Amino acid sequence: MKYRAPTSIDEAVELLSAHPGAAVFAGATDLIPQIQGGRPEPSLVVDLKRIPETVRLESENGFWRVGAAIPAAALTAHAGLSAVFPGLVEGAGLIGSDQIQGRATLGGNLCNASPAADSVPPLVALGAEAIIVGPGGERSAPVSEVVIGPGATSLDRAEFITEFRIPSPSRWSSDAYQRFIPRTEMDIAVAGAAARIRVDSDGRCEEAAVVLAAVAPTVVEVSAASGILEGRLIPHDSGRDAFWDELEEAVVSCCNPIDDKRGTAEYRRKVAQVLARRTVVTAARRARETL
Amino acid sequence: MTTTRTGYKWVGTRPVRHDGLDKVTGRARFGADYATAGMLHGAVLRSPHPHARILSIDLTEAAAMPGVKAIITGADLPDLSDEFAAGSEGGINFRDLSRNILARDKVLYEGHPVAAVAAVTLRAAQQAAEVIEVEYEILPAVLSLEHAMEDDAPVLHDDLFTLGLDSEPDRPSNISRRRVIARGDLDAGWVEADVVVEREYTTKAVHQGYIEPHAVVAETGEDGRSTLWCSSQGHFAMRTYTTKVLGWEPGDMKVIPAEIGGGFGGKTTIYLEPLAALLSRRAGRAVKMVMTRSEVFRATGPTSGSVMRIKMGARRDGKLVAATAWMAYEAGAFPGSPIGPGVMTVLACYDIPNVLIEGYDVVLNKPKVAAYRAPGAPMAAFAAESVVDELAEKLDMDPIELRLRNAVTEGVRAVYGPKFRKIGFVETLEEARDHPHYAAPLGPWQGRGVASGFWFNFGGETTATVSINEDGTAVVMSGCPDIGGTRAALAQMAAEELGIDVHRIEPVVADTHSIGYNDMTGGSRVAFAVGIAVVDASRRLIKDMCARAALIWDVPAEEVEWVDGRAQSVTDAAAPLTLEELASGSANTGGPLSATVTVNPRGAGAGFSTQICDVEVDPDTGLVTVLRYTVVQDAGRAIHPDYVEGQMQGGAVQGIGWALNEEYIFDRNGVMENPGFLDYRMPVASDLPMIDTVIVEVPNPDHPYGVRGVGETGIIPPMAAVANAVYAATGKRMQDLPMSPVRVLEALSGD
Repeated sequence: MKYRAPTSIDEAVELLSAHPGAAVFAGATDLIPQIQGGRPEPSLVVDLKRIPETVRLESENGFWRVGAAIPAAALTAHAGLSAVFPGLVEGAGLIGSDQIQGRATLGGNLCNASPAADSVPPLVALGAEAIIVGPGGERSAPVSEVVIGPGATSLDRAEFITEFRIPSPSRWSSDAYQRFIPRTEMDIAVAGAAARIRVDSDGRCEEAAVVLAAVAPTVVEVSAASGILEGRLIPHDSGRDAFWDELEEAVVSCCNPIDDKRGTAEYRRKVAQVLARRTVVTAARRARETL
Repeated sequence: MTTTRTGYKWVGTRPVRHDGLDKVTGRARFGADYATAGMLHGAVLRSPHPHARILSIDLTEAAAMPGVKAIITGADLPDLSDEFAAGSEGGINFRDLSRNILARDKVLYEGHPVAAVAAVTLRAAQQAAEVIEVEYEILPAVLSLEHAMEDDAPVLHDDLFTLGLDSEPDRPSNISRRRVIARGDLDAGWVEADVVVEREYTTKAVHQGYIEPHAVVAETGEDGRSTLWCSSQGHFAMRTYTTKVLGWEPGDMKVIPAEIGGGFGGKTTIYLEPLAALLSRRAGRAVKMVMTRSEVFRATGPTSGSVMRIKMGARRDGKLVAATAWMAYEAGAFPGSPIGPGVMTVLACYDIPNVLIEGYDVVLNKPKVAAYRAPGAPMAAFAAESVVDELAEKLDMDPIELRLRNAVTEGVRAVYGPKFRKIGFVETLEEARDHPHYAAPLGPWQGRGVASGFWFNFGGETTATVSINEDGTAVVMSGCPDIGGTRAALAQMAAEELGIDVHRIEPVVADTHSIGYNDMTGGSRVAFAVGIAVVDASRRLIKDMCARAALIWDVPAEEVEWVDGRAQSVTDAAAPLTLEELASGSANTGGPLSATVTVNPRGAGAGFSTQICDVEVDPDTGLVTVLRYTVVQDAGRAIHPDYVEGQMQGGAVQGIGWALNEEYIFDRNGVMENPGFLDYRMPVASDLPMIDTVIVEVPNPDHPYGVRGVGETGIIPPMAAVANAVYAATGKRMQDLPMSPVRVLEALSGD
């Protein structure tokens, strides 16, 4: 296994085009355990962290540009990002553990293509675009279209993600992410839910997005959520207004979970409902606090 | 021996441990830290099937791989007949041990070693292991106790006939043994009972979870003499077991103990040691072998999964009058679960006149179990202490009060036979009852549970040497690996006796060729048994030094006494002689100052613990969070309270993990699905509150300072304490471990 750390996009694309057996990595927090667990070693591993575009973090022209190879610890420590996207930062701050977050990245978390990736639901809820480079040049794709199944992405072999472009939030808008694990850290989501809520000047929900993790082959957006929550005054506590039943029904209809060592399908459905409700409440509260 | 002195200078204090600096700086050398020049690396080929007959093994391709120096299979080990290791209570049969080290004829669990390879690099050894061709005839696997005990279940061992049945069995079975304890008249007992509770409980196999995987370096010479560097709970036992399995002479093998990164009972047997020693013999070079975490989970001992049915009856006044227990423990692939201590401990806390306890040791296609902290007792206590809690509720009686009304005390005959000597169970109950924790307010979805536990503790064969250096410093040498702070505790006892600073004493764990025989560090025995030997050796040295001072002063020996590290004349005939002066001049008074004592002491004081647990249950997710936890335990006397508290906390934490999330998960083909710390969910630090401790001191009259073992008792009550707390919070009795969120939510949805 050879290691290369190109310093430009062109150099990286060239390497990947020339080596069909190559694998890209950023933090390698998934790649190395996978190799140790028996995945065949790639002939070449390409480290993306030396490419300036992959570690850039800035806000411009109505977008935040977040480098795909920035370690999660740098995202959670970033006051500006934490203020505008608290849910995304919550997701990044739940990957693995403190030590893992010193290495793990948004790009890697997405391209590992696990349905349980903690930073992906908030990216999808925020409408983030992935900027993808490859032999054909640069293209962009919604984050929701990058992963097509467990362990599989829509990227071509020599393509990789340089950064995410996230629309700056409109005013009175915020987000939240929660996952469920039986412990407090060092674990993988049994289920997760992200919510983005925009409220009007009265504090009523104007627009909503709810995205679930670990309940289907990919993260899945509850497309009916916005219609259900629009116009609702979402209470501080998650009391039993009728629309919650509608939301939970919509959540369950999006779930296609499996039974495995981390939880049963039935349990995942139930917890997805709980987490969806809790993150909607949190995101709505945060949004109102910006009024 | 009596405990009359109080006001100790070192005993009961908290000095910095002697091995602490090496451990926090990384200088301490653990099993995998050893290396020799030109050393080879070993790898193990393991069975992918839980139950299969080995039809053939073809080593041709593997042997031809570059860098491969030796390959061994089960055929390279002598075919031993049944013989049990001394003191292992039937847990270690060398015939089975050999077949567990390398499969012979059949593989009996996924991960069972089939061959071992030594090569110039680890990778070369692994690659060679992968190309060994094994032809298997796959057999139906037995993966549950229920299945294993059925009459028509596939049988693992054609030659295994159940021991302990009323009539001689006429065909082989997966039940290796039946154990029965009975006393009194059950029928009369049930008649007397006003309230009866009967429940069934199940627990899953759980692993000790030591952080350090098994590791060994072995070097065997052309003359057949060998040296092993390995981490274990007892290097003398490693030598006995390894040479027995290889058919070698124990005297030809020297075992040098590495520092140990956790054992909890799991490092009381051998896995890699004979493989490395034999590979080294074949290759003529040292061989190093280190397990991966996955190998540790798949092929080293967890403790038993279990099924238990407990029935207990009490009079209206709370007196327990009758009890039955039916218990079956998984032994894994070979006989030898801790069902013995299981049946002995299950009801041992209480004085119940009419009792029938029946236990079964059952083999099935899972890894062979190994000792785990108070082997057999924690799951039994989960069942029994849950029933006691339910009885208290039915009697409308405080659960501690119910226990107090039935607690065993000095002079009461234990259900397993002997009469209890001085014990502190009642004291632990009273301390728990009077602790502020027991009366603290609780919020919604919060609940409190209590439970108690008993453990025998152990003495065992012991050698200790105390030597004085020429500068008046001392060396305290034993042959028991330090897994719980025993270096410090032994040094403290020697310091107390000799009257010198504890840090002028160097406690040493000596290898098999440097000190006489020692049993393993296990049974919470070291501070007790080695402590007795160290105190005795120190007292012999003092007597010797007093005699030498008498010689120098030309006075009768009885006119010299030892005070604060100095020989003093009772008649003030001369100025006192310090330890330094006596040591530096020892050549003129009879030679070096050293004393060796060997003992095999009885009277390891029984240990009892009562624990209080507060939980909060999330009714939406079933998540159980431990909010507050208090361990009350009788230590006899805490020599170093930090390490006593550490043992109490560590036991509680392992028990909480066992209660909430830890379990071996197998797929339907018998392959373990969670052989790593990601999905084998031991608690992490942030999962738990600070574990509060209350050390009760009811001195053990059979130890010079009153010590009873403290290492194991703490793990016995937690599962019942947590379950009883979950009941108090939710109204649901959890009878199956672990109480994972999935299970708890299921129980809550049962309304």
